[in-house]
Amino acid sequence: MNPAGLSLRTAEGITFTLPLAGPGTRFLAWSVDAIAAGALTVMIGGAINLLTVVLPGLAEALAVLVFFLIQTGYGIAAEWWWRGQTPGKRLFGLRVMDAEGLRLQFGQIVMRNLLRPVDALPLFYLVGGVACAITRHAQRLGDLAANTVVVRTVRQPQPDYEPIATGRFNSLRAHPHLAARLRQRTSPSEAIAALQALLRRDTLEPGARVDLFADLGAHFRDLVPFPPEAVEGLTDEAYLRAVTDILFRARTEHDPPPSPERMHWPHVSPSRPPSL
Amino acid sequence: MILDLERFVAAEQPHWQELQLLLTRLEGNGSGRLSMEEIRRLHYLYERTAADLGKLATFASEPVLRAFLEALVARAYGEIHGTPHQIRRFSPWRWLIEVLPQTFRRHAWAFGLAVAVTLVGACFGALAIGLDPGAKGVIMPFPHLLGDPRERVAREESAQGQDRHLAGAHTSFSATLMTHNTRVSIATLALGVTWGIGTIILLFYNGVILGAVIADYVLAHQARFLAGWLLPHGAIEIPAILIAGQAGFMLGAALLGLGRRTPLTQRLREITPDLVTLMAGAALLLVWAGIVEAFLSQYHEPRLPYALKISFGLFELVALTLYLGAAGRGRAREEPGAETPGSLSDRRDPDVPSAAPAPLP
Repeated sequence: MNPAGLSLRTAEGITFTLPLAGPGTRFLAWSVDAIAAGALTVMIGGAINLLTVVLPGLAEALAVLVFFLIQTGYGIAAEWWWRGQTPGKRLFGLRVMDAEGLRLQFGQIVMRNLLRPVDALPLFYLVGGVACAITRHAQRLGDLAANTVVVRTVRQPQPDYEPIATGRFNSLRAHPHLAARLRQRTSPSEAIAALQALLRRDTLEPGARVDLFADLGAHFRDLVPFPPEAVEGLTDEAYLRAVTDILFRARTEHDPPPSPERMHWPHVSPSRPPSL
Repeated sequence: MILDLERFVAAEQPHWQELQLLLTRLEGNGSGRLSMEEIRRLHYLYERTAADLGKLATFASEPVLRAFLEALVARAYGEIHGTPHQIRRFSPWRWLIEVLPQTFRRHAWAFGLAVAVTLVGACFGALAIGLDPGAKGVIMPFPHLLGDPRERVAREESAQGQDRHLAGAHTSFSATLMTHNTRVSIATLALGVTWGIGTIILLFYNGVILGAVIADYVLAHQARFLAGWLLPHGAIEIPAILIAGQAGFMLGAALLGLGRRTPLTQRLREITPDLVTLMAGAALLLVWAGIVEAFLSQYHEPRLPYALKISFGLFELVALTLYLGAAGRGRAREEPGAETPGSLSDRRDPDVPSAAPAPLP
């Protein structure tokens, strides 16, 4: 179960969403951290045991201090060092972030970790889990006090538009008025459906792929009927590719290739001189 | 709704990649210091990518590219807006002689409340023991306090009793005391999240035990032993727990927000650095108290004269009072809500609205 994202608006008026982590993943990450902290304690404890032979009193004191420091300081140190991540959070792709999208401050890390004892009540983070499940931004009490959220750090790969950049002859473009009507009548959601179907076509099962493109093809054929000579010999998939080409690419084959140096503002025509 | 996606991506991609590189450098552990030119570039790239995101939202609805740009803008946003207001390096000495006592005084009301709750608890404990000595078994959690004070004093003052404490376990006893007391103080702070109720209960309970012990020994005419036993470490340990209680009450008050118009997140943001400062101070005091309790408090007459122990405790108390009450006074930034440079965590200026946008409903 994943809670909704946290939407933030920048001063420039741009909205972006941070995907939030749910209590389940967070508990798994915590379990990994608990094991890691335990392993660390055992390792250092082993080293201290060697000291017992020479200075038994000091060794015992060190053991007590080390246990306490790891128990209290593990989360603080890891989250400070890795900017909001512990080994467990790294493993599960989670990160602590400021609830307003700002950079995490040291004080916030300390606060959310000092409040852990309350969240861990009465057993296995029940209080924290319940708080996480009922608060809007999936925060445990420590997060609420420290003004932090835990987000999922899914590294978004940059999308690849190779499948639709065909560069082939598009028979539908021979009818500019129909192409314009197609753009006008297509809603954004229909356009996404067509584009996503093309981008993900290789992940579909062959039968499902045929069915899906038949449905989408029929839909777009109904939306704007092109004359028979334009669609002759086109499979549903090729038809949809031609439609997507019209919807998402304004230029014609004769346009110069895009240059990274120039900003393109498609559909903003240069201001015309006033007609006399 | 139509955007020439291919052309758009081809034109903008180099900027996105450059921004990604800059961010990766910045996010590496603190080593990514940028020059002025690079900062300007970062800002330009951020605004450009944000504009691309805005354009994508208006023209074409393409979820994958949109998610990619959102992630990029979110990362850059944190870097640009979240840079700490204070870039001065943290100085432990300044923190000790200025920041901690100033922070303590700024929230003196919460400390007063913690003292009051503890005193009420102590009166309750003392009354309970005075009226019904049988209540001891219920109130005292420690077995060594359950017996007759006179017997304990006699035992502790005998050479044998002192040697029992000398069994080479001072260091570990000291470490146990430090960690136990620090845990209690963390709990005292953390329970502040129950709007301060948990903190009240913990402080009251501490007060009850303290009051009961004092009443028990005073009624048994062992006040001198008690003062000699408790004062050397108690003069530091009890204030440390009270400071943790102060922090707990500050947290509770920020959650309740009585009489304040600032939003909850803003209130919490304002006190977070102060809470961390106070807790660090309490932890330091508890380290000192742990050492004193293990190495000094457990020695009694005839080995150590009570007068010496009591004066040592009183000296500590006066020194602590002077330190918390006067250190760093007269230096800048004492007024409430002011910047505390070099505080353990960086504080943000509450007067800069652009740096703290409100989450959308």
